[in-house]
Amino acid sequence: MEVLALLINGFAITFEPLNLALVIAGVVVGLFIGAMPGLGSVNGVAILLPMTFLVPPTSAVIFLAAIYYGAMYGGAISSIMLGIPGASTAVATTFDGRPLALKGLADKALVAAAAASFVGGTISVVLFTLFALPLADVALAFGPPETFALMVLAFATFVGLGGDDIPKTLFSILIGLVLSTVGLDIISGQPRLIFGDLTGFYHGINFLVLAIGIYGIGEMLWTIEVSQGEVLMSKATVSFRGILNNLKGLKSSIKTMIMGSFLGYFVGILPAAGATPGSLMAYGVAKTMSKNPETYGKGNIDGVVAPEAANNAASTGSMLPMLTLGIPGSPTTAILLGGMVIWGLEPGPLVFTDHPDFVWGLIASLYVANVFALLINIGFIPAFIWVLKMPFTILAPIIFVLCVVGGYVPTQDMHDVWLMLIFGVVGYLMRKLDYPMAPAVLAIVLGPLAEPAMRQSLIGSHGDVMTFFERPISGTIMAIAFLLFVLPLLKAAKGRLSRRRAEGSP
Amino acid sequence: MKKLATRILSLAVALGVGLGFSAVQKDAAAGWEPKKPVEFVIMAGKGGGADRLARFIQGIIEKNNLSSKPFVPINKGGGSGAEALRYLKDHAGDPHVIMATLNSYYTTPLRNPGLGVDIAEFTPITRLAEDTFQLWVHTDTGITTVDEFVAAVKAAGPENWKMGGTGKGQEDSLVTAMLEKKFDIKVTYVPYKGGGTVAKELIGKHINSTVNNPSEQAGFWEAGKSRPLASFTPKGKLTGRFGDIPTFEELGYGTDMVYYMQRSVIAPAGIDKDVQAFYVGVFEKVYKSDEWQEYLDKKGLIPGWLTGTALTEYFVAEREAHRQMLKAAGEID
Repeated sequence: MEVLALLINGFAITFEPLNLALVIAGVVVGLFIGAMPGLGSVNGVAILLPMTFLVPPTSAVIFLAAIYYGAMYGGAISSIMLGIPGASTAVATTFDGRPLALKGLADKALVAAAAASFVGGTISVVLFTLFALPLADVALAFGPPETFALMVLAFATFVGLGGDDIPKTLFSILIGLVLSTVGLDIISGQPRLIFGDLTGFYHGINFLVLAIGIYGIGEMLWTIEVSQGEVLMSKATVSFRGILNNLKGLKSSIKTMIMGSFLGYFVGILPAAGATPGSLMAYGVAKTMSKNPETYGKGNIDGVVAPEAANNAASTGSMLPMLTLGIPGSPTTAILLGGMVIWGLEPGPLVFTDHPDFVWGLIASLYVANVFALLINIGFIPAFIWVLKMPFTILAPIIFVLCVVGGYVPTQDMHDVWLMLIFGVVGYLMRKLDYPMAPAVLAIVLGPLAEPAMRQSLIGSHGDVMTFFERPISGTIMAIAFLLFVLPLLKAAKGRLSRRRAEGSP
Repeated sequence: MKKLATRILSLAVALGVGLGFSAVQKDAAAGWEPKKPVEFVIMAGKGGGADRLARFIQGIIEKNNLSSKPFVPINKGGGSGAEALRYLKDHAGDPHVIMATLNSYYTTPLRNPGLGVDIAEFTPITRLAEDTFQLWVHTDTGITTVDEFVAAVKAAGPENWKMGGTGKGQEDSLVTAMLEKKFDIKVTYVPYKGGGTVAKELIGKHINSTVNNPSEQAGFWEAGKSRPLASFTPKGKLTGRFGDIPTFEELGYGTDMVYYMQRSVIAPAGIDKDVQAFYVGVFEKVYKSDEWQEYLDKKGLIPGWLTGTALTEYFVAEREAHRQMLKAAGEID
């Protein structure tokens, strides 16, 4: 009951007029920052950090956390509407969100994204409230072998998918992995694959550049080809009754939301992972668990629900290692961590006991931010739909400009803009050849996490691969990964067998 | 609601006063003033120690209205700062670019001669502080002294004693090489992305020891999870709550077990004297601010104001020392 008392105290802090105003302002700012391609929560929080000196630390963190949260909601908007991932965390939302919008179901996808974000956010804050400290130990138990096992599990969910062509999926993953090795290798300290001496490759290939290229530019090229010069107009409509109906229609997705929330939260608390891998993994798991995996990527509402629930849950989760270990769980919490230092708070195991007002004010504000983000988001949906109704001849140049801005902003380097355009053309061609693109995106996100983890483990064990299987946590995860990998194969074999039997008995 | 209204009002007043002040300042200072936002390049990625420090400095500049145009941090951490160094080289003469450095300022050009960067050519602004290193173990190991540490490493054997640190060729690996040479021990060095992760890996017992900065371990130390054995500083240099940690010198291991991480600011080559004077002026105010002094104390940083040619001389001497260290570690020829 001590927790409850602390939480109520936290709510009292959140409902102070200044803090409440900051929550609402933060959510709105975050929503738009998240919706702008390339401007993710990282940039938003970094830009606004200096402004927070004007208010007390607790208000400051509440404001920044609300931005972080709002951005998680907002990222889905441009992913669905324009097919450009608004933020790295919303890449997985593009996979099914965009096809839904093309079918004229943008309002359905937007409502689903908002609702899933709310569920993900709420479940994770409840988990955070109840199990913050014990879960901090879980984060500690994750060393390099465990991290690597988790990455293998993520890949397994993507390889072992029904519907898709497995060799093409593997090819896509491998391309992504190769691209993820570009840049400095921390283990040897040497730059790799920098094409002679192109400094732009020193920072590696930012995966947003790949994602915006493939999904933004590639999508635009694709639409131009399909429309053949005709002026296309989306037939999306929206009404509040429609929104209510869409909410009711989400009943069948509740299971996916809950799965996404738990998965996202647990991936989020692992240091260095964060919301992007969390949402991609949730997408993979949702697809694997689905009865109709072949409808994923073509406009399955669960393909929007899973990553959106997960990225909000993960953003809450990643605050845990930030507060208790002083290790950011995501790039955005890294900036928040910097903020804590500036505000004079020492993150670490003692922060819960030394600064209860700060911690519990933050936690309570997350509950409140969630409610506001949902309401504000749904309120804006008609405006977003209106954008979609623009003729494609007007929309296409806007998309192009947003893509270029999105490619430039993260590193502020023209090199990345060119790279993005190249990825756009290559992505378009690969799409024509029917290669799945999601696995390449997954690989370039997870590669930089998986590779060092594997090498750190092997350095520690002097090359003994058994280290991944002997340790209880990594061994278990590896076993699940193996099952996930084999299961669809068995399913396929069984399907073939029964089909043969059916053919055999006329 | 009244409280809110007053706060908003005071915020508006603060903003107005701030703007007014910066206008006044402009008239007062006859020298050069930035005409557009200043790019504050950081040689490391977002969230690391160098990044946090740069953003902290940005905060002080902003809070105290030290510049009429904002300082905008830009991370160019690629290739251990190679990207940032090249950027500075390509922006010779540009008065709106400055860079926050760390020790990769020496090691990266040494390891990548192809970069064509000679740090002696850059314009020195100031050295703000020096960060220190300590040898850390988990409290559960029961190890309390350097002697016990050496004995434990020898007993475990090089195969089984894991030392965590940052990337190969960076500070932590050089300090580890110093330890290995001094005590005739061998460890398995496991590189991680940043000092914060290294600290957490020690607490999770995935590695056996680290050579973290004081600020990276401070939280765990206070919680009784980790223990510093010795400090890589000369006697008496480190004060405050980290001052009680014995130095290797005090423990009788000689004066050569010393290593610092410098925190400095530099500008590209070929900028005017009055531009340099402007930046030195801004950072002098940063240095004297209460926020900075408090930060130094809290983070266990050693104050180290140094500017002008003395700073360039310091950089050149440190580069030479790092050349020797990298040679000894077999990183360069």
